[in-house]
Amino acid sequence: MEIAWRNDVDKVLEDAKAQGKPALLDFSAAPM
Amino acid sequence: MVTENFLPARLHVKNQKADFNRFSDRYGAQWTPTTLFLDPGGVERHRIEGFLPADDFLAQLGLGLGQLAFHGGRHADAERHFRVVLERHPASESAAEAQYWAGVSRYKATGDATALAETARAFEERYQTSSWAKKASVWKRP
Repeated sequence: MEIAWRNDVDKVLEDAKAQGKPALLDFSAAPM
Repeated sequence: MVTENFLPARLHVKNQKADFNRFSDRYGAQWTPTTLFLDPGGVERHRIEGFLPADDFLAQLGLGLGQLAFHGGRHADAERHFRVVLERHPASESAAEAQYWAGVSRYKATGDATALAETARAFEERYQTSSWAKKASVWKRP
């Protein structure tokens, strides 16, 4: 299953706090 | 497994250069790929550095879920996550670490020190040469 990665990390962290859910933050250099 | 348990975010070194640099500085991520497991408050609880094949990556996801639960004080949940890693990925490099933390989690959940002695005994049967076996060796009972 494709992962819907987001790149608005500030908002992801806000959402994680609001939802009480962990975040997975991936730093990548893979070709896109 | 990712979407049901996490809010996933990815920063590319070239495509999101400013944010990549800002967050890699914040979390001390010095290499790619690096994957951080952040609790809801943004505190890092686990990380993966370097590429992993799918099975090993899934095992690390399980370890990360266990560490998030452990540091959140949900020790029974943590043990469950660590035991899932042991059951589903017994040949992965994460398995010995999962065995160690499963024992610690059970002890933290129950206060029963036999959980630690049982873990030390388990390391006599599996993952004997791992660094986690050495760490657990202090729990052996005569």
